[in-house]
Amino acid sequence: MSLIPDVLGNLFRRRATVMYPEERREPPESLRGKLSFDRSKCIGCRLCWRVCPASAIEIVKDDKGFRPVFHIYRCIYCYLCVDVCPVKAIKPTREYENVALRKEDLVVR
Amino acid sequence: MAFYLPVGPQHPIHPEAILLKFKVEGEQVVDVDIDASYVHRGIEKALEYKTYTQGLYLIERICGICNVAHSTCYVINIEELIGKEAPPRAQYLRLILEELARIHSHLLWLGLAAHLIGFESLFMLIFRDRELVMDLIEAMTGNRVVTAYNVIGGVRRDLDDALAHKIREALERVRERTRYYRKVLMEDPTVRARTVDVGYLSTSEARELLAVGPVARASNVKYDVRADDPYIAHDEVPFNVVVYDTCDVWGRVMVRVDEVLEAIDMILYALDHMPSGDFRIKVPPIFRAPPGENVARVEAPRGELLHYVRSDGSDKPYRYKVRTPTLANLMATMQMLKSRGDRVVYVADIPIIFGSIDPCICCTARVLIVDERGRVIETTTDELARMKRW
Repeated sequence: MSLIPDVLGNLFRRRATVMYPEERREPPESLRGKLSFDRSKCIGCRLCWRVCPASAIEIVKDDKGFRPVFHIYRCIYCYLCVDVCPVKAIKPTREYENVALRKEDLVVR
Repeated sequence: MAFYLPVGPQHPIHPEAILLKFKVEGEQVVDVDIDASYVHRGIEKALEYKTYTQGLYLIERICGICNVAHSTCYVINIEELIGKEAPPRAQYLRLILEELARIHSHLLWLGLAAHLIGFESLFMLIFRDRELVMDLIEAMTGNRVVTAYNVIGGVRRDLDDALAHKIREALERVRERTRYYRKVLMEDPTVRARTVDVGYLSTSEARELLAVGPVARASNVKYDVRADDPYIAHDEVPFNVVVYDTCDVWGRVMVRVDEVLEAIDMILYALDHMPSGDFRIKVPPIFRAPPGENVARVEAPRGELLHYVRSDGSDKPYRYKVRTPTLANLMATMQMLKSRGDRVVYVADIPIIFGSIDPCICCTARVLIVDERGRVIETTTDELARMKRW
């Protein structure tokens, strides 16, 4: 019974739900989103590959030596690789809509 | 004449897979048997293949709602095993996050309890206000649910003044709303009719069946790990252990509402008295632990959570064991769900009685090793750990 004033008040209150695809909420500054990678800084130490709990990092060889490739569809956004990188080549972003129709579209090189 | 009424493993009253086998006579429940082995995920086994640092991210995924409790328990356990201690500021930050998680977990349960007794408008309102706390957790840790905030040796991020101000403001709003819901839950005739004297668990039964958490505290058992065996900064931040002596579902509702109010006070106290200094000590990402074993326990939102680790000197645990609060509460639930004497349990009360322990089945499922005739074979810790060589 004591809830009735609140329930009636809701009829005139602004909607609490964010109508997501049309209306987007700004994520907070600290959000852990998709990773970005700077090839020019990377020294190929493979630490990120060793610590990754989800095996989301693959090491490949290119003309400059070893480098990681990030499979974002397996990433759990724990940011261990960001913490461990000695040259800060892995940078966080605030991109949170990490969906794609093909796995290849979600690979950060 | 008695009928057998299966509820689950797929049933609308509970979205997780558990089988409750009821023996009913008319509308009355006579006996109940619980089978919680549908969602065994082998996480304890998988932890033996992960390094200590990697295991932290698997342990958080045991349960989405109480992931902070699991990760806190894990880091305390491993820190004691390797003989390191997080700095005081980290202990306070862990406490703030743990209590924020407790608020969001209790508000989620209050909403679900309202949903289970068919009070949908209260469910919607509580879930709307829970978003305030979810936003705080997101701003503090970088993620809404799986926080990845605790690390071995401290916490991930510091808390600045702007965020502390934001937490204070939002918590004042949550406190005002929770006081309002407390009044509603205390007075509303719908809530009282569905919860008072339902799901009775007496004090002696709660002690005998080793109930933990809000279930025990609603049966007048003053047991809270935060007070009895303080961990992180709980010995410095004062709080009251909420105890009700009604021994029914209504008491469990009120324990949780009051714990939300206590948690808000604890967070505000911790923000005011936070020590300065480092929030993290350097622990290498891959390290070897000395041989030995250790046990840690924390008060998760659902009750006492216990982690056990044994190390054989390598960089991976030899055995890791998790005892979740729902497992501890299952025996008490079976007692609550049976009609005893003049305390009759009706079929219509099953959802709220079973829901009143805040069940989390995917944390609870255990594997049993049986022989070809279905007899259970007892296995020791060492035998389980050796199975990795099969």
